[in-house]
Amino acid sequence: MPEFTLWDIVYNLLLAARWTVLLSLVAFVVGGVVALLLLLVRTAGSRWASRLVRGYVELFQGTPLLMQLFILFFGLPLIGIDVSPWIAAMLGLTLFTSAFLTEIWRGCVESVNKGQWEASATLGMNFTQQMRYIILPQALRIGIAPTVGFSVQVVKGTAVTSIIGFVELTKAGSMISNATYAPFTVYGCVAVLYFVICYPLSLYARRLEGKLHNVSR
Amino acid sequence: MSLVELHAIHKSFGAVQVLKGIDLKIDEGQVIALIGRSGSGKSTLLRTINGLETIDDGTIMVAGKKVGDHDTDLLDLRLNVGMVFQQFNLFPHYTALENVMLSPQVVKKQSKSEARAIAEEMLVKVGLADKMTHYPDQLSGGQQQRVAIARALAMKPRVLLCDEVTSALDPELVNEVLAVVRQLAEEGMTLVMVTHEMRFAREVCDTLVFMHHGRIHEKGAPEAVFANPKTPELANFVGGLAG
Amino acid sequence: MAYQFDFGAILPHWKLLLDGVVLTTELAAIGAVAGVGLGILGAWARSARTPVISQIVGIYVELIRNTPFLVQLFFIFFGLPAVGIKLSEFQAASLAMIINLGAYSTEIVRAGIQAIPQGQIEAAQSLAMNRVQVFRYIIIRPALKKIWPALSSQVVIVMLGSSVCSQIAAEELTFAANYIQGMNFRAFEVYFVTTGMYLVMSIVLRQILKIFGNFLFERRHHA
Ligand SMILES: Nc1ncnc2c1ncn2[C@@H]1O[C@H](COP(=O)(O)OP(=O)(O)OP(=O)(O)O)[C@@H](O)[C@H]1O
Ligand SMILES: [Mg+2]
Repeated sequence: MPEFTLWDIVYNLLLAARWTVLLSLVAFVVGGVVALLLLLVRTAGSRWASRLVRGYVELFQGTPLLMQLFILFFGLPLIGIDVSPWIAAMLGLTLFTSAFLTEIWRGCVESVNKGQWEASATLGMNFTQQMRYIILPQALRIGIAPTVGFSVQVVKGTAVTSIIGFVELTKAGSMISNATYAPFTVYGCVAVLYFVICYPLSLYARRLEGKLHNVSR
Repeated sequence: MSLVELHAIHKSFGAVQVLKGIDLKIDEGQVIALIGRSGSGKSTLLRTINGLETIDDGTIMVAGKKVGDHDTDLLDLRLNVGMVFQQFNLFPHYTALENVMLSPQVVKKQSKSEARAIAEEMLVKVGLADKMTHYPDQLSGGQQQRVAIARALAMKPRVLLCDEVTSALDPELVNEVLAVVRQLAEEGMTLVMVTHEMRFAREVCDTLVFMHHGRIHEKGAPEAVFANPKTPELANFVGGLAG
Repeated sequence: MAYQFDFGAILPHWKLLLDGVVLTTELAAIGAVAGVGLGILGAWARSARTPVISQIVGIYVELIRNTPFLVQLFFIFFGLPAVGIKLSEFQAASLAMIINLGAYSTEIVRAGIQAIPQGQIEAAQSLAMNRVQVFRYIIIRPALKKIWPALSSQVVIVMLGSSVCSQIAAEELTFAANYIQGMNFRAFEVYFVTTGMYLVMSIVLRQILKIFGNFLFERRHHA
């Protein structure tokens, strides 16, 4: 049996962590774009479309991420689309992210004072102009902290993709743990690496939140 | 010996010295009005008497016992000294009756029926017999403040501290609260009140204490103090009120 | 050749799914009760005067909130035996859920406590209540009332998160689903139905928490 030094373990975990970061980035960015579109439909679309978006959000918030991944991973091949774990993970996490961001941002848009809508309407603005010049800039200010905060959930969510066989940090941890028989050390290191990725984001989110409160006071 | 004796009380907030050596004796049955400009340290003084502010220097004696810095000392102190706040501070999740019953039950370990009897008596006394099961947000400010007074009284304190108990009230609600305080004074309750109601102070109190810049500047019977202030500061303060 | 859906293939295994639901419910219940309890203790410790304890709780909260639940679970189940702590699948899953929810609810409850006006606390102190009494009678109920919706959401999130406990072979709902699809090779149908079951469970749980909250915080009008 080969001897693994702590450095071997950490080095291999670091290699795998790149996939965790990449997956998080893709899910967050693409999910954000999708969320923006969904948000528009939710606030400006017909009642029907708006309801559909609401259902979409509730579906993703009311079921386990793991099930969402399973359904994509096992369901897509049935309609003729073969998916690798990477594709399924990316797709699943993106959809998951889009649902949560839609909900977070909707809260922000709604928290913009109703008087702002009315005031801008009396100035003759149409919906797009109201959104573009009045509502979104304010919602953005409110929304940035919870959005950064949610990015932590996305990073942690990537761990679940290990279960459908995508080799990111957690999956690599399992594999190394099986090879080294040192689960305590390996999972400890895995946890530390996640912490190193997530904690700065959490801190940043908290700082933003503090700033916002100070400004509005 | 006096009921409460303050000796050389000093208190600072950061670099700001708010109390600069306060000596004050409160006797059983005495009714004291604390007056003075905003920021002169009246509230801070009351709060130190109740142990809500720590002191930097000096001693507080209550009922012959020196108040140390142990938690139990504070609890002892507060069993003797009750307090009513400007903002009422009723507990929103309890009814008027429960607000009054709570502390006798949990602090004094009175039985429920015992606590209830006392609480009802106190609420009747402040004229709220018909509001016992109301929650604070279902009561007017004046009613809330009267519940707060009943709540403090139910602990049977030997001194009651009142910090501008009518300042947060709409003008038409002031009198119902003052009437309760007046009644307490007439019954012989020991009272220390911060107030801006000068006429009330003159009528009800037997001692007037004028605070200025963290010191007791003048002290005496209200008539005398008002009639001929010894210091320009008090003259100024009294004159300012008249004008 | 188009795929023929066959949801009927799940029917023979309904008992397994039901057992899974029961175990998921047990996990969620244990996690919720003990986790929120831990959170209340944690929030209390965070606001206590001893800085050391407050800091230790702070580290616990940050460690848990910034690492995935799955990794926490693996660490407890696979890692802890290395230091002599051997837990069954169910014990490990319960413990992971308690610790996880405990950290989140510490933060949530703390926010609720901080929202209690200082005057409330001073009024209680002036009535000679000690620190424990102030917390128990004056602070905790209004604080919980304020953050109950946030706490409820977190409980639902943790219940849904328990689905990864299948990975240490805790026999909850997802484990049952995995087991069934291993027998009938109807993965999509099984996971589709299981997802629906989770959805129902989260809706029901949310309702229960809402009703329980109303019960906890309702105004009792007694004569
Ligand atoms: N917690 C605190 N921190 C810092 N400064 C304080 C604090 N409490 C009071 N002060 C300061 O102490 C001084 C005295 O305040 P205090 O509330 O005792 O005055 P007061 O005589 O009651 O005034 P008012 O009539 O306005 O109620 C003020 O300058 C106030 O700003
Ligand atoms: Mg004051």
